[in-house]
Amino acid sequence: MTEVSLEIGMLIAAVLFVIGLLGVMIRRNIIFILISVEIMLNASGLAFVFAGSFWGMPDGQIMFIFILAVAAAEVSIGLALIILIYHNFKTLNIGELNKLKEE
Amino acid sequence: MEALFTISTITAIFSTIMVITRKNAVHALLYLVVSFFAVAMLFYLGGAPFVAVMEVIIYAGAIVTLFIFVVMMFNIGKPLTRREKGWLKTSVWLPPLILSVIILGGFVIVLFNPPVSFTRLLFIGPREVGYKLITRYMPAIELTGMLLMTGIIGAYHLGRKKKKTLHRYLEKTNES
Repeated sequence: MTEVSLEIGMLIAAVLFVIGLLGVMIRRNIIFILISVEIMLNASGLAFVFAGSFWGMPDGQIMFIFILAVAAAEVSIGLALIILIYHNFKTLNIGELNKLKEE
Repeated sequence: MEALFTISTITAIFSTIMVITRKNAVHALLYLVVSFFAVAMLFYLGGAPFVAVMEVIIYAGAIVTLFIFVVMMFNIGKPLTRREKGWLKTSVWLPPLILSVIILGGFVIVLFNPPVSFTRLLFIGPREVGYKLITRYMPAIELTGMLLMTGIIGAYHLGRKKKKTLHRYLEKTNES
């Protein structure tokens, strides 16, 4: 469709993935960690779709649909767990969730 | 078309950086919506219109809405935002940033080791995707359905209120 090389598309996906990875590492709020995981999943889907368009096969887009389903399931379970953590510990800081270490 | 691709790329990367550096969760989620729209534009320009629409509907429409509902339930105000500012010190974010740049450098070296070949990305419409999805990938779709079912059951089980069996006078002593 457009004159875009596969390498440029893969580079965009890699940059977005690394930004998501950085977000997982630098944040202590558990909501931001879950958002960063979503960014990483989205970036990997971007790589799948560009590769599929490069080979002219629909398989890349099908893989993106599966990634979408996995992301939806992950976010529902993750948010339920976050709500449980907030009710039990009254905090969202993952540094304070060290009950397993002390006892 | 080339200019549109460049603009979408810059918007996506900038808004994603804004997502991971915001102090307030609601601002971060609004930047996340912008990021998903920009990525949907990249999908469209990369020859995948069906996936672009799915991105807007499910990521920007459903997943971010779920996040916003949960953030609103927590009622995060000024004090938590100020505490968040204390967590994001230079000593906290500098070492992960250096590690991430090293990883990105590895990606770039692997991608551009043979010189760039300027190839066209082909256009694949929803018709081909749908046909292959329900013929060749049928077992995978059924497995996805089981995964989503597990997600529903898990979310219900985790979010359920525990039934109290104690007498109400004994609650205080039991908690401490």
